[in-house]
Amino acid sequence: MALALAGAGGVVSQAEALEIFVSNEKGNSITIIDGDTLELVETIPVGNRPRGIALSRDGRFLYICASDDNTIQVMDTESRKVVGTLPSGPDPELLVLSPDDALIYVANEDDNMVTVVDIAAKTVVTEIPVGVEPEGMGVSHDGKWLVNTSETTNMAHFINADTLEITDNVLVDQRPRFAEWTSDDAEIWVSSEIGGTVSVIDNATRAVKHKISFEVPGVPAEALQPVGVRITDDRSLAFVALGPANRVAVVDAQSFEVEEYLLVGQRVWQLGLSPDEKFLYATNGISNDISVIDVEELEVVKSVPVGREPWGVAVKG
Amino acid sequence: MLEMAQRTLLAAFVLVAATAGGASGAPVQVDVTYITQREPLVQPISLVEPVLEDDGLMGARQALTENQTTGQFLEHEYRFIERIVPEDGDLVAEFEAALAAGERLFVADLRAEQLLELAPLADEAGALIFNTRAPDDNLRTEVCHESVLHTAPSRAMKADALAQYLIWKQWPDWFLMHGTKAPDLAFADAVRRAATRFGAKIVEERAYEFVEFARRTDSGHAQVQRQMPVLTQDVPDYDVLVVADESDIFGEYLPYRTWDPRPVAGTQGLVPTAWSRVHEQWGGTQVQRRFEKFAGRPMTERDYNNWVAVRIIGEAVTRTSNAEPQALHDYMVGDEFEIAAFKGEGLSFRQWDQQLRQPILLVNPRVLVSVSPQEQFLHQRTPLDTLGYDEPESQCRLN
Repeated sequence: MALALAGAGGVVSQAEALEIFVSNEKGNSITIIDGDTLELVETIPVGNRPRGIALSRDGRFLYICASDDNTIQVMDTESRKVVGTLPSGPDPELLVLSPDDALIYVANEDDNMVTVVDIAAKTVVTEIPVGVEPEGMGVSHDGKWLVNTSETTNMAHFINADTLEITDNVLVDQRPRFAEWTSDDAEIWVSSEIGGTVSVIDNATRAVKHKISFEVPGVPAEALQPVGVRITDDRSLAFVALGPANRVAVVDAQSFEVEEYLLVGQRVWQLGLSPDEKFLYATNGISNDISVIDVEELEVVKSVPVGREPWGVAVKG
Repeated sequence: MLEMAQRTLLAAFVLVAATAGGASGAPVQVDVTYITQREPLVQPISLVEPVLEDDGLMGARQALTENQTTGQFLEHEYRFIERIVPEDGDLVAEFEAALAAGERLFVADLRAEQLLELAPLADEAGALIFNTRAPDDNLRTEVCHESVLHTAPSRAMKADALAQYLIWKQWPDWFLMHGTKAPDLAFADAVRRAATRFGAKIVEERAYEFVEFARRTDSGHAQVQRQMPVLTQDVPDYDVLVVADESDIFGEYLPYRTWDPRPVAGTQGLVPTAWSRVHEQWGGTQVQRRFEKFAGRPMTERDYNNWVAVRIIGEAVTRTSNAEPQALHDYMVGDEFEIAAFKGEGLSFRQWDQQLRQPILLVNPRVLVSVSPQEQFLHQRTPLDTLGYDEPESQCRLN
């Protein structure tokens, strides 16, 4: 991602520094960690029950689902202040941006809706009825498709981004929470928290082509609860957060074999890769910290304390 | 002249247009029948508890709307039939009429003796009945019907859930106080069994003799304040007063009035239950909120038992694209079946007695205290089977 240098004469633009943003569901705040030193930069109070967060492409704005305030808050990452809000529909849980940064797609968990928001106009474009308890949202890299998952209906709904209509519904295992597209939009990986699996959906056929299961000796099967998923751009590796199993699974994204499990903090839910994919950050909701994973070494290198019940993570740099 | 049972049909949900390429091909129509018989409403002993006329029913209705939402993506249409038999009505006749009308999927919110009038008829007709209320242990051990699946937890499951927590807490010496009506005695039996099972010791047992009185008067606390300490004095050293008062007559008066300063647990005090408004873990917030919005009141245990039964029907229909009771039954008791029901793990049916295995909440009126099974209670199949009657302990071999 090319970023312009600000100013002249050897001043490194703040836009190039690696920064990790973490939403704290119970702490009602955003923690900012310096990606290089892994030290706390600042904790910014935001609205009630902040969960899903996402950065604009240029990293300038962080969009925050303030679930209990029924709104999206907009934070300027340079001033580190909340500079405005956007309509979101009720109880926004997770949001994603369209690749051109023009639209936000929000899952409204209480209302069985996906709300589409025009960022510039600050208005709701439309609401799309989906299954019960929507959460997971994934936009294809070409911007043409949106996948939303519904936790109680147990489906991945494929929504055409132009017509904003659902064209396909794929049944997955119990309680899907996350939808992640591969960089070439060939596959969509959907995690099923209670089902304990990740379904790999083939975008061409809109059918599940593989289901990944997890097993850790000594860990009860019911504790292996996949939530967040991230896949490297070259599609070599995928990472799956396994909730109360306190581990992140490392999966060969070609063969779908689980290569290893990395022990992180308690109740790991969401994951974020640094833009250069050298580091993976995992939010541990119960130990109130994030784990920093060296992707090349596949090693957990540090735990960094953040706010209470960290939920979402977004990485700028 | 007997009144006709109140029957209402909720209109089928309007299908959304964009359902091309859904997960299944053929449209499926599913009729779900909720059947219950009115009982005289008992005023709760607590002034802060409302008297509910639609307890249980609202849970079933809520779940039906959720099934309808899912169904719209698959061309599965759900219809809800409510058969609420009046107090002096004929439950069996109503059930026979339902069978004659072709209804085969029943959610039965009934006492055990009522359920057992219907079960043989359901067996014969190949129907399915979900028991959403009767906690009787003999329905899980001796009286086994092919057509009956239990979503209500048994008394043994609840007593075991409580016992595990008390043992974890290292409070193994119990003073058991029980009422004298049949349900109270039945729960006391379950408590005794749980004590043996988990290594607790009942150091003393006393019965509370019930004399009919007005359940709510404004003569206040003075009498009760004198009575309860006297009833609970001279007990050998104990940790917890375990109360078996399903009839809700005296148990609520025990806390803070026992002769010795001791916690109260059982049917009052620290209570094992399938569900409570105080529970919001594992995404529970979402179902609590939408139920409250829908029903205008908090979700009770009885609502939850009915909710999960209707959700199970929906899940089985969704996965099999079939509304035939036999096909649904086979899927529900099969190895693949599980349902997420806001208890942190997938729930499934015990194959031998068709009891839904589930975590049991331990609650006080305001907050969640714990959830059983407690860690460290091991089981070769699943820790959930440490609650209630396990396979070797039951005579039922239904599958």
